[in-house]
Amino acid sequence: MEGMQGMSSFSNGFSSSSNLLEVRNLKKYFPLKGLFFTKGYVKAVDNVTFEIRKGETFGLVGESGCGKTTVGRTILRLIEPTDGQIIYDGRDITKFKKKDMDWFRRKAQIMFQDPYSSLNPRQTVFQIVMEPVNHHGIDVHDPEAFVIDLLEKVGLNEGHLYRYPHEFSGGQRQRIALARILSLKPEFVVLDEPTSALDVSVQANILNTLKDIQGELDLTYLFISHDLAIVKYMSHRLGVMYLGKLVEVGNSDGIFEEPLHPYTKALFSAIPIPDPEIEKRKEKLVVKGEPPSPINPPSGCRFHPRCPFAREICSQKEPELKKVGSDHEVACWLY
Amino acid sequence: MIGTEKILEVKDLTVHFYTYAGVVKAIEKVSFDVYKGETFALVGETGCGKSVTARALTQLIESPGRIVEGEVYYHRDGETIDLLKLGEEEIREYRGKEIAYIFQDPQSSLDPLYSIGYQVSEALFVHKMVKSIKEGVKRAVDILRTVLMPDPEKRVSNYPHELSGGMKQRVTIGIGIANNPRILIADEPTTALDVTVQAQILNLIKEMKERYGATVLLITHDMGVVADMADRVAVMYAGKIVELADVFTIFKKPIHPYTRGLLKAVPNPLVKIERLEAIPGTVPSLINPPSGCRFNPRCNQATEICRSKVPELEEVEDGHFVACHG
Repeated sequence: MEGMQGMSSFSNGFSSSSNLLEVRNLKKYFPLKGLFFTKGYVKAVDNVTFEIRKGETFGLVGESGCGKTTVGRTILRLIEPTDGQIIYDGRDITKFKKKDMDWFRRKAQIMFQDPYSSLNPRQTVFQIVMEPVNHHGIDVHDPEAFVIDLLEKVGLNEGHLYRYPHEFSGGQRQRIALARILSLKPEFVVLDEPTSALDVSVQANILNTLKDIQGELDLTYLFISHDLAIVKYMSHRLGVMYLGKLVEVGNSDGIFEEPLHPYTKALFSAIPIPDPEIEKRKEKLVVKGEPPSPINPPSGCRFHPRCPFAREICSQKEPELKKVGSDHEVACWLY
Repeated sequence: MIGTEKILEVKDLTVHFYTYAGVVKAIEKVSFDVYKGETFALVGETGCGKSVTARALTQLIESPGRIVEGEVYYHRDGETIDLLKLGEEEIREYRGKEIAYIFQDPQSSLDPLYSIGYQVSEALFVHKMVKSIKEGVKRAVDILRTVLMPDPEKRVSNYPHELSGGMKQRVTIGIGIANNPRILIADEPTTALDVTVQAQILNLIKEMKERYGATVLLITHDMGVVADMADRVAVMYAGKIVELADVFTIFKKPIHPYTRGLLKAVPNPLVKIERLEAIPGTVPSLINPPSGCRFNPRCNQATEICRSKVPELEEVEDGHFVACHG
């Protein structure tokens, strides 16, 4: 299979000991159904390869429609991948049957963006938090004490136990969702835009709680967001996606210090810095146009129609991820 | 760049919404001046009343809302008009012509049944800038070109669903500037857009402002956008202005605990932050807002007086206003 060049950072074996999750050549194509035939595919995720190390936060950034959410859901097999491998703790979960999936679903959890639609309005907080535990048939000695303990971990308290979701604010609802996630003692959590629906003053609270809990419970996060400032705050390592492709991946500080891919540069330069002294003087790299449709993506490098540095090869041949630093890979013909 | 000539004077603007749950005091005695040629930003979180303030300026408040109190003086060539005293027909002379709006969601501010050319043309026709819709559509091509719409001759006959989000927002900006307004009110104009497109639209608003010498009133929750665009800033919390100053002062020397908290809660992507400082609690209900200073339950410096007395917005140094007892 082509695309193996993109895996230069891997050792030969299936998984090196520090990687909790390895995603290799992941593809997710959604068919566009016509009356009789499939008219084409939306290539939401196309040949994406990266790894997440134990205990780290891996940030996945990109604009709407770039496929970051699809990656997050495919990794958990909430959406079945079209092709590729997802290796969790040395085992390929794409081959898992039901019993193994049950095991995996206890280890890996997801937190959704919208706290207003992810909680059942007819259940109390106690029922919400206990549901996964009951589903997996786990024996809990004292359910009430168990839930209270979880609520306290996420910044809620005993008084919230028998209340319903509508009685809570957005930030508190995300805390309930977090308590539910923690009830299964997971190792890996996909955080899909967990604070996008919240105001900044509340957002900071939730991000801090997520950080604290990560240290306390030794969790590994995949943090999906369109907000670069937050991703920088949360992530150790980082992947930048554009139109279904990973264009740059590596150590977060390294990428922020020296972004290499022109799209990453444009993205970084487009975020308004909350400091007028810097922002008003900043030279901006404003790219033209908007992301094209993933149904018929541009040939070669998918960013080339908007790229100020595009050359002939860019429209002809697709660049693979190439190692440019100790933990820094970029898919661009400039390097 | 900024003159000292006032174009808008807002005094004690108060809007209440009469709902089944009770009276929502959306904004209470909001006062500020906007100078000619500046970009004045109203910032705050969801529900702080920034959009209500912007809409109330031209009486765009619908039932169950009502403008309870206040004056909005609009200065034009030596004459002064209180916009809130005008009748429904009279205010329409100003709204969309001299004072135009750009709203957050371009999807819902465009009519799906008409071509974009028609919609730009309509804005001209209503204000008698053209004799017919047909003539207006011709003008629309030029207007679409000014807002950097690619291929405007063809695009003019497109319908909204044929355009991307960024393109649609260009059309609504086109409609906004069609009549060469003196004041452009942009209510979260880029919130629905991706960052690279946001950068394009913000640039466009800056260009339009320079070209037509308009005054911009920008409503946003994004401190980054404020830093980029604004000359002066008013920070709103729970329906009141808590601090008002020029943009550099707001970011460098904020005084109100809410402004300070807000700035610390926003991550700066250029700075390595070990820990964000969060503001405890959440925004209060505006049906029963806290007594005294509305921020007191979340304020770590609150004292007895904060709970009993509403702080007035006072000038602490030249051009820097703060409503705080501390």
